[in-house]
Amino acid sequence: MTWVFDHLGLLGDLTVTHVYLSVLPVLLGLVIAVPLGWAASRWRPARAVLLTVSGLLYTIPSLALIVILPALISTKTLDPVNVIITLTVYTIALLVRSIADALSSVPPTVVAAATAIGYRPFKRFVGVEFPLAVPVVVAGLRVAMVSNISLVSVGALIGIAGYGQLFTNGFQLQFVTEIVTGIVATLLLALVADLLLQLIGRLVTPWTRVGR
Amino acid sequence: MLERNAAVRCCGYCLRQYRYDRRDLGVIEFQAVTKRFDDGTVAVDELNLTVDPGRITVFVGPSGCGKTTSLRMINRMIDATSGAILVDGKDVRQSDPPLLRRGIGYVIQQAGLFPHRTVLDNVATVPVLAGWSRAKARKRAEELLETVGLPASMAGRYPAQLSGGQQQRVGVARALAVDPPVLLMDEPFSAVDPVVREDLQTELLRLQGELDKTIVFVTHDIDEAIKLGDKVAVFRTGGILAQYDKPSELLARPADDFVSNFVGRDRGYRALGFLTASGLTVGEIASVRLGDTAGDARRKLSDGWVVVVDERKHPCGWLSADRLSGVDEQAAVDADLVLSGGSLYDTEHGSLRSALDAALSSPSAQGVAVNGSGELVGSVTADEVLRALAAARTAGEVPQ
Repeated sequence: MTWVFDHLGLLGDLTVTHVYLSVLPVLLGLVIAVPLGWAASRWRPARAVLLTVSGLLYTIPSLALIVILPALISTKTLDPVNVIITLTVYTIALLVRSIADALSSVPPTVVAAATAIGYRPFKRFVGVEFPLAVPVVVAGLRVAMVSNISLVSVGALIGIAGYGQLFTNGFQLQFVTEIVTGIVATLLLALVADLLLQLIGRLVTPWTRVGR
Repeated sequence: MLERNAAVRCCGYCLRQYRYDRRDLGVIEFQAVTKRFDDGTVAVDELNLTVDPGRITVFVGPSGCGKTTSLRMINRMIDATSGAILVDGKDVRQSDPPLLRRGIGYVIQQAGLFPHRTVLDNVATVPVLAGWSRAKARKRAEELLETVGLPASMAGRYPAQLSGGQQQRVGVARALAVDPPVLLMDEPFSAVDPVVREDLQTELLRLQGELDKTIVFVTHDIDEAIKLGDKVAVFRTGGILAQYDKPSELLARPADDFVSNFVGRDRGYRALGFLTASGLTVGEIASVRLGDTAGDARRKLSDGWVVVVDERKHPCGWLSADRLSGVDEQAAVDADLVLSGGSLYDTEHGSLRSALDAALSSPSAQGVAVNGSGELVGSVTADEVLRALAAARTAGEVPQ
């Protein structure tokens, strides 16, 4: 325990990096996945292609992706961008399906009514279809967020900061306390992030909790 | 007509926007309109029809007859393959669809409300789309909730918290929000139970009495069509217009076997609904008041029956000799003793159909007649109704 208190500064820095490296890809992934999910919900061929590709992307091992990426997009091996891009790819892979499904489940009468009273397609998407898809999208975001928080640690293997450093260091030094601290910190962060997302989800969807 | 408009329950904004004679607006013309879908099915075949402004026109027919397709071509939810649809002389294809649609009210099956918006925001949707400020749109929405008979306390609720009938009222309020001259209603009452449906139909007729909209209403229910329509267009499978007429004409003179089958076997009886009962003689009727004694009731029995009325003279049922047998002479007549009666015939507004129904549904074979405020005025019998019908026939009021 004393080790933890002696290294609060380090832990704070690692937390900031870890949060940055896991949250940013979720946001980027969401922004990219929304139009892709929309396309998948709208056109049958697009759905087939997008869901197959995103399913395949998710099967690529994370370490492999992080290591290969510099060669593909000519970044430096130690650049955090590699981690961010990798995790964004995973987020997209997870979210495209949930967004496509959520949009397909919006009642057709509601969409038809929106069109019939004069919504243009873009405004209808922003004002009607997407808000109704939010509960399912939030469920997808929670999975992506937690999965990212655990995956950021992999970056430590190629020297990217984050809680993963506690594992690599602890392993090299055979120092169990540091490893346990890393595990606990990761769990806590995942828990907090999940609760926050749940809370935001509830705040933006008041209509889902009304009784008769 | 402007006075008439001023009386219309309408906000200041739209009075400024629409200072014209509403009854002349909303003429819809179908000119040789055909819709052929990609798979080759002809949904609507050379439709020629003019919808009268300020009236309710009902499109009715079996499924696959093109009634809904025809409706949806008016606001370009579906585009015609050939022919033209004109609203107030302007081809709808010249308008940008979203703008066209904002100017035409639309009520869909199951209301199609936005589940994530409150009742008030649902109703305010079109004004906001049209660029009104949110405050002004909400104020307008509040007025409309009142117009369609919903309490202001519902404004903050979500659609899931409303009954089917209430949702449908919100749907109508939403369609009326920018006071469009034309209202399209796509089987709006098909998903609610029969009692609520009847309420909604009556409510629509009441609203129409105030608003004078051009309403195009689609249904597969011929009874609904006949109740609501100033004119009814009967479609047959393949998108062919079989007959376009006033409901009374449809019942009296169906154009062919298809129409006569479609309007149903009771059409002779239903046609009575369009004949006023002005020539009908209302006879004497024996009555006692609630609280009178059983002895009084026995003495007043006529042919073994007497009507019981309450303190406002509203009929509450019948007593018969059978029913009174064994009841103490001094016992008061109370609601438990009374046999419930049949339908009532309103002498001021009723038709021959309602008079006949009152007679047929009464346990004593005497229909109970009441005046406009519901007070007992006398009796009608089936024989009397038939006599009145014969008289109307002689006078040429019954279409041959």
